[in-house]
Amino acid sequence: MTDLQSLNVIRISASDANPPQLRQNVEVAKLIDVTRCIGCKACQSACMEWNDYRPPVGYFNGTYTNPHDLSHDQFTLMRFDEWVNDEGDLEWLIRKDGCMHCTDPGCLKACPAPGAIVQYSNGIVDFIEENCIGCGYCVKGCPFNIPRYSPVDKRAYKCTLCSDRVSYGLEPACIKACPTGALLFGSKADMTDVANGRVEELRGQRGFPNAGLYDPPGVGGTHVMYVLHHADKPEIYSNLPKDPHISWLVQVWKGAYKPLAVAAMGLAIVGSFIHAVIYGPNEVDPHDVEAGRRMVDRRSRGVIPPRPPEPPPVSHVKPEEPVK
Amino acid sequence: MELNRRSFMKLSGASLAATTIGALGFGAAGEALAADVRPFKLTRSTETRNTCTYCSVGCGILIYSYGDRAYNAKPAIFHIEGDPDHPVSRGSLCPKGAALLDYVQSPDRVHHPLMRAPGTNEFKRVSWDYALDRIARLMKEDRDKNFIAKNDKGVPVNRWTTTGMLAASASSNETAWITWKVVRSFGMVVFDNQARV
Repeated sequence: MTDLQSLNVIRISASDANPPQLRQNVEVAKLIDVTRCIGCKACQSACMEWNDYRPPVGYFNGTYTNPHDLSHDQFTLMRFDEWVNDEGDLEWLIRKDGCMHCTDPGCLKACPAPGAIVQYSNGIVDFIEENCIGCGYCVKGCPFNIPRYSPVDKRAYKCTLCSDRVSYGLEPACIKACPTGALLFGSKADMTDVANGRVEELRGQRGFPNAGLYDPPGVGGTHVMYVLHHADKPEIYSNLPKDPHISWLVQVWKGAYKPLAVAAMGLAIVGSFIHAVIYGPNEVDPHDVEAGRRMVDRRSRGVIPPRPPEPPPVSHVKPEEPVK
Repeated sequence: MELNRRSFMKLSGASLAATTIGALGFGAAGEALAADVRPFKLTRSTETRNTCTYCSVGCGILIYSYGDRAYNAKPAIFHIEGDPDHPVSRGSLCPKGAALLDYVQSPDRVHHPLMRAPGTNEFKRVSWDYALDRIARLMKEDRDKNFIAKNDKGVPVNRWTTTGMLAASASSNETAWITWKVVRSFGMVVFDNQARV
C-alpha cells in the first residue's frame, strides 16, 4: 500500500500518522468563471468520459439541470438558476457544482476510516474507496454537500480533481473540454491573479459592481474557486454557502471530544487493572456454596416444592390432520 | 461459529478493547496509509489524431486505443479527448464532442448499408455493390427525367433541382473541393457541405 505517492500526502483521515511531507508540490486550483459559462455541459460529458461512469437516463424536472443532483456516478453538475435582479431583469445563473477541494476539508476531518480520505500537497482532496467503510460521515462533514454514498458498493464518491491526470502533469478532464474558457486550471497563485483581473474587468467595464472571487476563508480557502457576478450573494447561485464552515458537531466530535474519550478509555483500562490487582477476581464465598448445596438437598427430599415443570416448547409446525 | 449470549458479550468486550488500544496509539491505524491515486489510463496506449465527426467547426481530437500497434493487438478505442495542438479548438470540445467515445461504441451505430424499400417499414441489410448501383440508377433516372438544360428564354442553365445532396461536414479543403466539383458537375443545386462554412 505504501509507496512513494504517500510522500505527496499531507493529511490522512482518522490517523495520527504524520505524513513525511517531504515533497511540496505546486498548489493547484481550478477557477470556474461563472460569468463566462454558457452552460453547455461539455465539462459534465468530459468528466463522465474520463472517469468511466454513465448514470442512467433520468427525466425532465423543468430546468436544464440534468441529472437533478450529484450522485456516486455524477461528480460534477451544471446547476441552472433563474434570478430576478433589482432592475427586474432575469439573470440565468449557471454554476458548475462539484467538490471544492478545501484546504481544511470537513469530509477528511469527519472520516473515521484510516486512509479513506487523503489530502495531497498539491491541494487535492481524494477519496480512496478501498479504505472507505461507507459510514457516510463525510456527507455530514462537507459544508458544500458534495460527497455521495453509492448504493451499489456502499462507499462514498466525489470529484477527484482528476488526481490521476494531475499526477501525470495533465489538466483535469473538465478543464480541457471547456469551449469558452470559463474553466481554467493552474497554480493557485496564478488562478487568483487571473480571477482578480477578471473581477476588476467585471466591476469596471461590465457593470457588475459586486463581482468577486469566491475562495471562502471559513474552510481555509478552496482549490476550486468561482468568479461570481454577485459575490455578495453567493446563495443565489443554487445555494452556494455564503460563509461555509465545518459543522460544529464535527468540530466537537473530532476535535474536543476525541482526546477526552480516548483518555476516558485509557483510564478505564488502567482502573480495571488496578482493581484487579487490589481486589482480585470475584470469587464465590465457600459459605454460599454450602448454602446452595443444602437447598438442592432439601428440594430432593421434598422439604421445599420442586420447580414447576418447563412449559412444552412452542411448535410452529401445524399438526398434521389425522388420517381417517 | 456458535454465538450465544455469553460469547456475544465476550466478543463485544474484546472488540471494544481492541479498538480502544488502537485509539490509544498501539494499533495499526497509521499503517493504513493512502494507496496510490487511480492508475493513469493512457500510459502506453496509442494516440491517434483525428477530427471530430459532428459539426463543421471541425475540432481536433486525440483518439486513444489499446495496444502499441503490435501485429497481434487489434486496436480498440477506449478514450477520446481534445487535441491541444489543433488550431481550431486547442483541446476544447463541446458536450457532444466530449462524449464521442459513446458515439464510436454506440450499439445503434450503423455498420453496413441499410435500405428501407418503398412500401415497407423496416430497414434491410444490403451489400455496398447493391446500394451504390441502386443509388446510381435512381439518380440517373431522375436526372434524365428532370434535368433542365435551358430556361424559358433559351439560356443554358443545366440545372438538376429534383435531387439534393448533403455531404460531409468536417472535411478538409481538398475533400470539400472534390465534393463540390462532383455534385455541381451533375448540375445539382440543392447541396450543402463543409465548403459553405
